[in-house]
Amino acid sequence: MPPFVSPAWSVASSSSSIVEIDQVSFGYDPARPVLHGINLKIERGSVVGIMGQSGCGKTTLLRIIAGWLRASAGSARVLGENLGDLDEARIFALRRKMGMLFQFGALFTDMSAIENVAFQMREHTDLPEELIQDLALLKLESVGLRGAARLMPSALSGGMARRVALARAIALDPQLMLYDEPFTGLDPIALGVIARLIRRLNDAMGQTSIVVSHDVAECFDIVDYVYFVSAGQIVAHGTPQELRRSGHPFVHQFVAGEPDGPIPFHYPARNYRGDLALNGAHG
Amino acid sequence: MAHMAEGGSRPVQILERLGQAITAKILRLGFAARFLFYLVLHSGVAFRRFGLTIREIYFAGVLSLIIILVSGLFVGMVLGLQGYETLQRYGSSEALGILVALSLVRELGPVVAGLLFASRAGSAITAEIGLMKATEQIAAMEMMAVDPIARVVAPRFWAGVISMPLLAALFSAMGIFGGYLVAVQLIGVDEGAFWSQMQAAVDVREDILNGVIKSIVFGVAVSWIAVFEGYDAPPTAEGVSGATTRTVVTSSLAILALDFVLTALMFAGGNA
Repeated sequence: MPPFVSPAWSVASSSSSIVEIDQVSFGYDPARPVLHGINLKIERGSVVGIMGQSGCGKTTLLRIIAGWLRASAGSARVLGENLGDLDEARIFALRRKMGMLFQFGALFTDMSAIENVAFQMREHTDLPEELIQDLALLKLESVGLRGAARLMPSALSGGMARRVALARAIALDPQLMLYDEPFTGLDPIALGVIARLIRRLNDAMGQTSIVVSHDVAECFDIVDYVYFVSAGQIVAHGTPQELRRSGHPFVHQFVAGEPDGPIPFHYPARNYRGDLALNGAHG
Repeated sequence: MAHMAEGGSRPVQILERLGQAITAKILRLGFAARFLFYLVLHSGVAFRRFGLTIREIYFAGVLSLIIILVSGLFVGMVLGLQGYETLQRYGSSEALGILVALSLVRELGPVVAGLLFASRAGSAITAEIGLMKATEQIAAMEMMAVDPIARVVAPRFWAGVISMPLLAALFSAMGIFGGYLVAVQLIGVDEGAFWSQMQAAVDVREDILNGVIKSIVFGVAVSWIAVFEGYDAPPTAEGVSGATTRTVVTSSLAILALDFVLTALMFAGGNA
């Protein structure tokens, strides 16, 4: 099955790319690779979606971009640095230019909302405490939760926790934002709020954002470009408009949410009659 | 024939499994040793920002005070009763103060306080770090370019190391008070004899210092096991519960084994 490729994107110049993944392969177990031969480029200032069904390797790809996992083959360049050349200290230094929103927020449960947002400022800057408090309030205001500054994470709803985590992730104005399943488990209102915040913050702060998700409608509404991952490979990529029109079987199945197609409904199994002992076993 | 082939391979399979289990344990011990080395190397934050460690001393030490003090009191009271019962047979019930004090400062103080500390604070440290890992708080910290071993693990480790000797000392003090209540106030042993014989017989270096050394060693062992089990816990409910159980079991066994080794070394030193 040939991959669906947007012609406009495939000729894009690499000079403005903030992330360049070239022939990257990875496996937790060498015998069972999770990713093979991944190529992708992410342009500065864009919001890019990485989509695919659960377990297809998209979060693994995000972790390679974050410098968490090292590619077993190929090269990953992020913010101008080849991640394969960096030791742990330089990876940590690079991460100061990145922010990440985790699937369920991952707020520090022993700190209030404002303490969570102030955490990075306290760890990485020598700013006076009053200024840190003001900056943290500004960040919370940008996600609409200045009024919840003193609440503990246990007192926040799922959507609010995700927004506080977003404020924490942008605390040091990162150049690259990574979103790992940001829409999971949210009600429609919270989901819409988070989606709009991702786009608005990206544009307002001049960031570049990568959104890993399998939520087609919300993701297509806010991203400029989408990569589809299946079985550890990029099977299609293009703008949301191009992908909506795509006749690629995987893209069609995924976007339409069809239960059967290139991704089969049935998990591979032995012969059905044999499993039910209908081949004369009962005499 | 098939049965023979299976029977013949069974001892080999058992040996293989045994070998794998032992190798896995040795590998984990090696990983734990490397973890401790890295932890000590990255402990700067725990001392530069001592407030972080103080906060953990509150959780590990101050919140363990009730169980330590109450247990110490009862252990001392039981020692008083049992000691009197034995000593009076030989007409030396005035030596009860010595028995209570030496039992507590040499053995029971460090050991029982260590066991209680492992159950109360060690398990809490493991569960907290394990849950931080399961809820991606540790990962979030790494993503924010903050080393979780320096920021989360080291303050908890050093808080345990600092708290443990203090708790053992308080346990012994409370135990002696419990022994005094039973011996002097309840049974009627002469108060002057109780305290003066204790003062004359308890040696600062031989008894108290050795007890303090034991409690520091137990503090290092329990804190190391607690933070390592938490950090190495699989990020699931079952993984965290298993790690918490392992902390209590391994710490308790380590305390008892180390107590024997340290006592043997201290006796050998005393005799030499």
